[in-house]
Amino acid sequence: MNAWPLLGVAVVVAGFALRRNPVLVVVIAGVVSGVASRMNVGDLLALLGTSFISNRVLLLFVLTLPVIGLVERHGLRERAQAWILGFRGLSLARLLVAYLALRQLFSMFGLIDIAGHAQTVRPLIAPMSESAAERTATLDVTARMRVRALAAATDNIGRFFGEDVFLAFGAVLLIQRFFENQGIHLEPFAIALWALPTAIAAFVIHALRIVWVQRDLNRAPAEADAAKDARDAAR
Amino acid sequence: MLHVEAIYWIVGAFLLVAAFMDARIGRWSAAAFWAVIAVPFFFGDAILDAMKEGTRWPAQAVGIGLVALGVLAARGKLRMHEDSREAQAERRGEAARLGNKLFVPALAIPLATVALVLSAPYFRWNATPLIDASQATLISLGIACLVALAIGLRVVRAPLSQGLVEGRRLLDALGWAALLPMVLATLGSVFAATGVGDAIAAIVGAVIPADSRLACLAAFALGMVVFTVIMGNAFAAFPVMMAGVGLPLLVLRHHANPAVLGSIGMLTGYCGTLLTPMAANFNIVPAVLLELPDQYGVIRAQWPTALILLAVNCMLLWMLVFR
Repeated sequence: MNAWPLLGVAVVVAGFALRRNPVLVVVIAGVVSGVASRMNVGDLLALLGTSFISNRVLLLFVLTLPVIGLVERHGLRERAQAWILGFRGLSLARLLVAYLALRQLFSMFGLIDIAGHAQTVRPLIAPMSESAAERTATLDVTARMRVRALAAATDNIGRFFGEDVFLAFGAVLLIQRFFENQGIHLEPFAIALWALPTAIAAFVIHALRIVWVQRDLNRAPAEADAAKDARDAAR
Repeated sequence: MLHVEAIYWIVGAFLLVAAFMDARIGRWSAAAFWAVIAVPFFFGDAILDAMKEGTRWPAQAVGIGLVALGVLAARGKLRMHEDSREAQAERRGEAARLGNKLFVPALAIPLATVALVLSAPYFRWNATPLIDASQATLISLGIACLVALAIGLRVVRAPLSQGLVEGRRLLDALGWAALLPMVLATLGSVFAATGVGDAIAAIVGAVIPADSRLACLAAFALGMVVFTVIMGNAFAAFPVMMAGVGLPLLVLRHHANPAVLGSIGMLTGYCGTLLTPMAANFNIVPAVLLELPDQYGVIRAQWPTALILLAVNCMLLWMLVFR
């Protein structure tokens, strides 16, 4: 076994860990593993070129950009935000579980950047979560921060475990290409479908955790009050 | 018969339009970036055919182009697009005017894709299928995007040029990130061709009993998580783990179902993304945006979900992948 091509893996790990530009890191890693396996320059360039060409399907998603850009220009995000604002008046758990479901569903339809930390969490979901939580519990600073962090976590989880069900999404096509290059033909459809069990599990698990956090928040100050009462009584 | 190449030409044309628009406002690196990427979309098949017949220089030129793309990507700066007060007010007005109709064009992409995929076998002209069955999903997706664009232009009553301008705006906002999946897949091919996968498989085989399906599966799943945590990106972990463990040990040796392994394997990597500060834009940036005193606050809020889901994924893999 020739272990030298593993240098390419080391380049990827080090480059991503050092936060260099990922495209440059990946290109260098390819060159390094080629050189380390004693390919000559001509063969290596031809390998890079043919591999790049045979993976061009991964850029097919840019065809969605004109449509998405167009409706964004005409207020798609504003419309989505207005829609979310309609959820005002829910409890913390109901608000975040509804957001989780919406975020997953939209991601499944490829509307991944319609929401996000800058677009929806900071301006809408975080403040709405805080006011929803305050309806049933008194929040100290720590609890307030915990609610905000939970809102951000909910956005991440909704996004991650919805997007892989969308068949034009990069991950699905990346998986398809990998196997195609090895002579195994898969339909993107089949790959996207197998992301569904995990998507459902992610929803159930995180929804239960949201409910649990709300219970915890409702209980915590009450317990603190009870402890204070007990101390006062003992005094 | 409609082949996927026709769709590639449309992608190439869009990239050239974007390059032209960038060049017109003097953003030369961005213009060069998109123009270089357009080449494989116009000439890809010709280059691959030439390669088969022994003419190697076109493929080598694309290889040089790829190295140039790496350099251009590293030079490019993230550009925040200017958002004026007037534009915001206009968007709010449009949102009120159009209402939920705005969702229609966006939802049309997946719906039309699925409809086309399912009906593709019935589109025939004298027994010749009109859509190449082996690429039905991708061709359908391409057509669906055009259909959705047509619907969108009709819904908002705008000319085609506005769609192109807005498409270029999004493309430039994505920048090199748009290219990342494609170069990572390229790396996967290069790793496989240069023996990286074999080397990892040999090491893993020396460490764990390669005859055991369970041991191989555990090594794959945990490897996805660990590599993702280190690199902050499940896409980057995928070619490494797949070439090293997934393909040689699980698919070829133990006959794992590749679609299940790929899909759930990638999502197992995502569990790692929830755990790592290396995935800064998901885990660190929101902590800053929300003014949390603890920069790991978001990770603290999501690690229990990530670990439980990781366990569920491992079970799903075990139950589904060897069926």
